[in-house]
Amino acid sequence: MEQLVWKTGGWFALATLAFLAMLGAADFGFAVHMAIVCAAALAVAVLTMRRADYEGIARGWLKMPADQGVYDDDPIRWGVIATVFWGLAGLLAGLYIALQLAFPALNLGLEYTSFGRLRPLHTSAVIFAFGGNALIATSFYVVQRTCRARLAFPALARFVFWGYQLFIVLAATGYLLGITEGREYAEPEWYVDLWLTIVWVAYLLVFGGTVLRRREPHIYVANWFYLSFILTIAMLHIVNNLSMPVSWLGSKSYSAFAGVQDALTQWWYGHNAVGFFLTAGFLAMMYYFVPKQAERPVYSYRLSIIHFWSLIFLYIWAGPHHLHYTALPDWAQTFGMVFSIMLWMPSWGGMINGLMTLNGAWDRIRTDPIIRMMVMALAFYGMSTFEGPMMSVKTVNSLSHYTDWTIGHVHSGALGWNGLITFACLYYLTPRLWKRERLYSLRLVNWHFWLATVGIVLYAASMWVAGIMEGLMWREYGADGYLVYAFSEVVKATFPLYLIRAAGGLLYLTGAVIMAWNIGRTIAGSPLREEKPMNDAAYDAAADRPLIAQPA
Amino acid sequence: MSYDELRQFADSWGLVLMGVSYLTFVGWHFLPRGRERSDEAARAIFEQEEADHG
Repeated sequence: MEQLVWKTGGWFALATLAFLAMLGAADFGFAVHMAIVCAAALAVAVLTMRRADYEGIARGWLKMPADQGVYDDDPIRWGVIATVFWGLAGLLAGLYIALQLAFPALNLGLEYTSFGRLRPLHTSAVIFAFGGNALIATSFYVVQRTCRARLAFPALARFVFWGYQLFIVLAATGYLLGITEGREYAEPEWYVDLWLTIVWVAYLLVFGGTVLRRREPHIYVANWFYLSFILTIAMLHIVNNLSMPVSWLGSKSYSAFAGVQDALTQWWYGHNAVGFFLTAGFLAMMYYFVPKQAERPVYSYRLSIIHFWSLIFLYIWAGPHHLHYTALPDWAQTFGMVFSIMLWMPSWGGMINGLMTLNGAWDRIRTDPIIRMMVMALAFYGMSTFEGPMMSVKTVNSLSHYTDWTIGHVHSGALGWNGLITFACLYYLTPRLWKRERLYSLRLVNWHFWLATVGIVLYAASMWVAGIMEGLMWREYGADGYLVYAFSEVVKATFPLYLIRAAGGLLYLTGAVIMAWNIGRTIAGSPLREEKPMNDAAYDAAADRPLIAQPA
Repeated sequence: MSYDELRQFADSWGLVLMGVSYLTFVGWHFLPRGRERSDEAARAIFEQEEADHG
């Protein structure tokens, strides 16, 4: 009882502090954020006081198996649902801003819905909300299975899940309110950064604690990738966000670095967010779920070790290629370019390792739509890691930089590699976590696969054309030494390509909606959809008769 | 430490240290018995000791 009083009292005290901070806030955005924190703390206080078995109630609603089993899977089940939800939200925001670029009237004349504010909402929703939830959920799943140990610190694991959702809500509302540090992929302001640091350290403790408790002598390679992702993101996040708030009750802060040093710190962060969040973390998913779905061990375990250490040693130096032809010293630009090109080898080694895991079971691509999705994800991993180093070459970059080619490149990686591998993992996880026979429908997975693939092709192809066209039009000089095209003419020329891009995004979003339906029906425990099976043994009537002994 | 000293260290001993540690980490798995142990590790995720390994 006494403990309950202390716990509830603590949450109420936090709510009161947030309320006071709201009253004394220096700006409107900070006040809104403190109101959100206050409401969250109050809700937790009331829920703690009523002492009901909320996990049990949620388990009933979400049809989770009551049997807790060997492993602690509840936070993973929540993570699967959160991943699907944020995925839909992020893709919808992306489609909307793609349409804004084609039809500026969709900015609605409001500051809150302008492209500049919705764009970070889209990028953070897909990278940190969708991707981050997928990474946290799968890492908790994989680390328990490969270490044969229950999650260390179960209460902390739940804090990681809910704390991360609060981070997402604060970041997203902040963008709409115009709160930003102006650092790409690191837009949240200082107090949200501090909150994320706390959540992330808790995440490291849960993951690292589980690895330490393992009952398996070897630490499987997927855990190495997850651990490098967690550690490196902690380092990048802290260094890049070193800043001084203008007021302790205001949302504005100034970076600890200035000028080109600030720019390089930002892109050291930015490129390694790609390298360790979107690459190392998702490769961890690949190294566990592709072998599991293919039912055969990874093609070469030693190649996966080379893959791991090469990525660790090379990726961290590639950031300067984001600052070609700027105030950054020339040697640093070349340095970044050379390391980017060296990344070709480990990236392709990893892709080959993943694809060759199917060696001897290639027919599974025909019969198993989840394997099909994984193979396409690996193909896009290979394509985007080929394209990236190529674009980091200075001469190519002088054409591609600031154009839509970059946008196309990012999306072939994000939609093709990160998106498809995440969808495949969600399809793998859902029936297992909810103890269902299999997914509600495999045909719908196939629909999702084709909608997503055609969507990405439309997206990447239109952005290549748009980007190269923009690059060429911007640099076109006439005989008299003047630029041939005005900027507005270039914008006008991209209009049809923007429409094709939006169409691609619509297809991709439609695929994700089908996935949400499929996963929802699986969770609800609906009877399996009646459909033609993906693989039928061919029926040959002529051969279907007994062998008759031939007369001599 | 001044910029020049840092730069000196980075492109001499620092570089050697990085190169040697990379080769050690990777080379470790190519020692005798490395193949055997790696194959064992690769198959470890398929051992169904517990019912809900998935």
